[in-house]
Amino acid sequence: MLTIDQATYDAIVRHAKRDHPDEACGIVAGPEGSDRPERVVEMVNAAGSPTFYEFDSTELLELYKQMWDRDEEPVVIYHSHTATEAYPSRTDIGLASEPGAHYVLVSTREHGNNEGPVEFRSYRIVDGEVTEEEVVVVPALPGA
Amino acid sequence: MAIEVRIPTILRTYTDGEKAVAGEGASLSALIDDLEANHPGIKDRLIDNGDLRRFVNVYINDEDVRFIGGLEAQLSDGDQVVVLPAVAGGC
Repeated sequence: MLTIDQATYDAIVRHAKRDHPDEACGIVAGPEGSDRPERVVEMVNAAGSPTFYEFDSTELLELYKQMWDRDEEPVVIYHSHTATEAYPSRTDIGLASEPGAHYVLVSTREHGNNEGPVEFRSYRIVDGEVTEEEVVVVPALPGA
Repeated sequence: MAIEVRIPTILRTYTDGEKAVAGEGASLSALIDDLEANHPGIKDRLIDNGDLRRFVNVYINDEDVRFIGGLEAQLSDGDQVVVLPAVAGGC
């Protein structure tokens, strides 16, 4: 189960809508081992594509060094699908490399850049196996 | 002295859970062979058909090795190597 606060949820959805029709991507970092998605980091999609995303390699290193310094890990790794459902593609599954992360998929296919609901779903992807999990949006994460 | 290599979560099964290991080698290619000797199986996760895997990023002192010679990139004692899988996908 992914427990996420409303502000973080909204930030991910805003990012996905803003970058539509390109795929948006980013992470939500949190203290190591806490399973608390606390800090949204929007990443540039180096692929700049409606069908592919890839974190820029220099930005990726900066991001991880920052997380190591702060004893954080990527609790959520998110990206958007802009023309298909919010389900991991074969490419997503093949390239998933953080077995501890919640992989969040947002589909903007219905309303694009405009207001309106999106599909927001979360998965675990471990050794090529996808398990969907419940998403619980709370007003605020419980006190640490 | 040796070369410190930062290991990503997904490859720590090869390093008994260690986040960083020490290795030796005058080039990235030699370093990976040295890692393989101590952590069998890791080389295959980094190299495919004699080249670095497309979705594995390796940095020497914060420089992406793709811009400094790839597997032939030179190493010196005290260098820091970071291995990070690409974060990528697509519909």
